[in-house]
This record gives sequence, structure tokens and C-alpha cells, in this order.
Amino acid sequence: MKFPIYLDNSATTPVDPRVLEAMLPYFKEKFGNASSRSHSFGWIAEEAVDYAREQVARLIQADPKEIIFTSGATESNNLALKGVFEMYQSKGNHIITVVTEHKCVLEAARHLERQGAEITYLPVNSKGEIDLSQLEDAIRPTTVLISVMYANNEIGVIHPIREISAIAERHGVLLHTDATQAAGKVPIDVKKEGIHLLSMSAHKMYGPKGVGCLYVRRRNPRVKVTAQMDGGGHERGMRSGTLNVPGIVGFGAACEICSREMKQEAERLSYLRNKLEIALLQIEEVALNGSTENRLPHLTNLSFKWVEGEGLMMAFNKDIAVSSGSACTSASLEPSYVLKALGLGDELAHSSIRFSLGRFNTEEEIDYTIERVTDAVQRLREMSPLWEMYKEGIDLKTVEFRPH
Amino acid sequence: MAYSKKVLDHYENPRNVGTLDKNKINVGTGLVGAPECGDVMRLQIEVDPETQRIIDAKFKTFGCGSAIASSSLATEWIIGKTVDEAMQLNNMDIVEELALPPVKIHCSVLAEDAVKAAINDYRVKNGLPPIAVEEPASQNVNN
Repeated sequence: MKFPIYLDNSATTPVDPRVLEAMLPYFKEKFGNASSRSHSFGWIAEEAVDYAREQVARLIQADPKEIIFTSGATESNNLALKGVFEMYQSKGNHIITVVTEHKCVLEAARHLERQGAEITYLPVNSKGEIDLSQLEDAIRPTTVLISVMYANNEIGVIHPIREISAIAERHGVLLHTDATQAAGKVPIDVKKEGIHLLSMSAHKMYGPKGVGCLYVRRRNPRVKVTAQMDGGGHERGMRSGTLNVPGIVGFGAACEICSREMKQEAERLSYLRNKLEIALLQIEEVALNGSTENRLPHLTNLSFKWVEGEGLMMAFNKDIAVSSGSACTSASLEPSYVLKALGLGDELAHSSIRFSLGRFNTEEEIDYTIERVTDAVQRLREMSPLWEMYKEGIDLKTVEFRPH
Repeated sequence: MAYSKKVLDHYENPRNVGTLDKNKINVGTGLVGAPECGDVMRLQIEVDPETQRIIDAKFKTFGCGSAIASSSLATEWIIGKTVDEAMQLNNMDIVEELALPPVKIHCSVLAEDAVKAAINDYRVKNGLPPIAVEEPASQNVNN
């Protein structure tokens, strides 16, 4: 077994060696600018980009022309929200999204609010799910866009995109989905699922960082977004800037591998995830966060009551890399807004750990993780005054704490 | 964020974890912080009534590694001191000793608060007025 064990694949994934291999020539001898039309350097680069565009499109059953390469999902999400808002201003200024979206969607929405947009932030239930009738009720004549993530990055809950798109369709509203966590992990079909815009990122699926795309539907309906960057009019005028050829080649290769291996990989990962989850839930006072019905196969988010997440991680983070919803790990000192949106108290959000598995994890690593985490929880609880009070049967709500 | 060697040492080998009998007249207990803030420290002292020296101290902490290390260090420092000497404990000394980064200064503040709360609990139990505690320095703006 090699240490440290990486169980934070929802943050980023290592580049698959096959992906790296595909990219390398495009740093060296095939370094051309894909927009150079006058020589073979440019033609070779353009050909590589076209091929990658097909590989990416195939992963989500899109047409290659519908793929707009970007620097990653943050840019794609910004382009989707801001680009739709600007393009469809004559139709309306209302956008519907969800409180558990990634910060780049929420912050883009806040930005648009300052520009005169009206935003509805739908709440979620204790499992992280939205209420579809509430979504439909939120639609107004001025609604131009619904933006709901395909799967959540902290708890892995998959939203019912087909049902959401049926609602969007009924009301003539566009649907954008941030599929950063889902693409390459679960099958996506933009046509059958009625998705108009979709964001994804290469580095969450064993591709390189700094590249992603926005799918923009071309037919039924033809969707357009206003470019957010002025320049040479690359990517059908929606995203200017010299194409990141090696990155795009890597993204394409990563998508192709995912298309091919997704099914077996999802089975393997859900087996390992379930093994980890079942074992850790054996520990007293451990709670699972989010729905278990519709969720990503490789992720579990658990709250280890009466121990603080960062303190717990410290017991094993030399050997096992995970992430926590604890405030201490974030710059803001606020615990996870996603977990709080599920109605978890701050103290449970502080006690949460996300385990996200990936292509290179082995069963041996999962067995080791079970052992180390179980020991750490026990050790930290022996040090926890809250655990002692809980064990003595003291209701913590009656204890007078002094928030500082 | 990487932890300093001293934080790691206190985290891995915490000194004086445990519980003293809070009902004893010469034991003072301080409970500070709140679960929703992500740190709770309970620090206890046992005082020799003759000499007014702290003969034992124990802690239990719910919190991050820096919070655990701060409380561990605080117990280590106050054992053997008189109550009055321990009352002089300054959180910035903990910050310096453990090389805490700015976002973790509140952990040291909490440890100082816990010591002072334990001393005042002891004083009140023994018919003495509590000593007014000044707001410790460098409170993090986010807290």
C-alpha cells in the first residue's frame, strides 16, 4: 500500500497516465495554435481539438459542435448564468437555483442580483433534495433559467434532472446543470434528459486542471450565451482565447476512458464506498448526511458526533487524505453551508467528513481507512468533553456554553 | 495548512487528558466555547489549599488540533504554579510556543479563558470573589 491514501477525489483527481500520455506531444512537437490556419502546426492542433471535442461530446451524448471549451467548471458556470442572463434579458430577469449549489453558481447569481436579476434560491430537505412542486411554483413569466447541479459535491445527492427538465420544458425555461461531480461517474444524456446547458471539468475525471467545457444546445431550442470575454471569437463566439490544446486533448482522453469504463468503475466504487460506509456507521453516534437513494457511487459524507472534523482528520491525515465540513478547514471559519442547508446543526456540520473514492483506490486502502478512522474517533472521543457529557446522559441543550 | 511540530506533539501525546472530581471543594472547573462554534474546552485545576498551588490539572477538548494542543499546553504550564501566577497566563504565549497561525489564535484565547474560568470557579467555591477577566487579545474577527 502506498501512503498517503487519497480519498478526496471530489476535490480533484490525479491525471490518469493514459491521459498524460495523450497530452505530452501537444506540449512538445505538436505545440501549434489551433487557430493557425496557414500551416501544419495549426492544422495538427486543430485536428486534435476536434477529436477531443468528439470524445467530450460522446460522454454526454451531445453533438461536438455543442461543446464550448473553457478553463473549467467555474468559468462554465459563470458563462452559463451570466451569458444566459445577458442574452435573454428581453425575455426576463429571473433565475431559479438551489442553496446547495457550488459557490461559483451562487456567487455568479449574487453578481447578477447586483445587475438587476431576481434569483430564487430553492431550499433542500434533510436529504439534500429539492421539492419539484416548489420548483414549478417558483417559475414566473420572467424566468429565463433554472440552474440545478447534477450531483452535489459534498453529499453526492443526484437531482432528478429529467423531472426538472420536464418542468422547464413545460414553461419554456432553459435548464442549466453543473455536472462537475457527475460527469464521467454516472451516465448523462443531454438530449434524453432535456438539458440545455451543462458544465463539466476535466480534473474531476482524471484529466488535467485548467480545462472544462460548457455544453450549449444547438437545436430544439437553439441556445445562445453572451460571451463573457472579448477576443478573437473562438468557440463559436462564446468563449474567446487561444485554446488550451494539451489540456483539451487530455480532457478528451479522460472523457473517452470514462465513457468506456464508467459502468464497471461505478460498481467497483459503490462496493468500496458501501463497505467503508457500513463499517463506519457501526461506530456509535455516527450519522450519514444526505440521501442514500439517488447519489453518486463513490462518495459518502458522515458526521462523527461529539468530535470535531479537523481534529479528527489530524489523527490520520498524514496517511489518509479526506475533507471536512468543519469550519476550521475553510477560510471563512464557517461550517459547510451545504450541510447547514440540510438542517444539520452547526455542531454536526463541524463533525462531518467527506470520503470520496476514485479510480486508483483499492480495497486494501479502504480496509486500512476503516481501521484508522475507527481508532481516531475513539481516541478523540476520549478527549472530548461533549462525549463525556453525552455518555453521562447530560442533555447538551441544557448546558450553558459560552460562545466566544 | 501544516501544523507546527509542537502542535503535532501535543496532539499526538496530549498531556493531562482527563477529569477531576468537580464536586471537590479544591477543584475548579472551566467550560468554555460552544459546540456550534466547533470548540469546547473543559479545563480543571486541583489546588492545594495550604500553598494555593495548582497540584493537578486536566482537560478535555472538542476541537481542532490547535485547540487540543492549546489546552494541553495550558495544563502543562499551570501545574506547579500558584493560582495567582496561573491567572497571569497570556494567550499570546501559547500562540508563540505553538507557532499558531492567525486563524488559530482563537484556540489560544479559549485556553486562556478556560484556565481563568477554572480559577474563578475554584475561587467562588471557596468564598472568594471571581477575578474580572479582561477580554484576551487578538480575538479573531470571525468569532
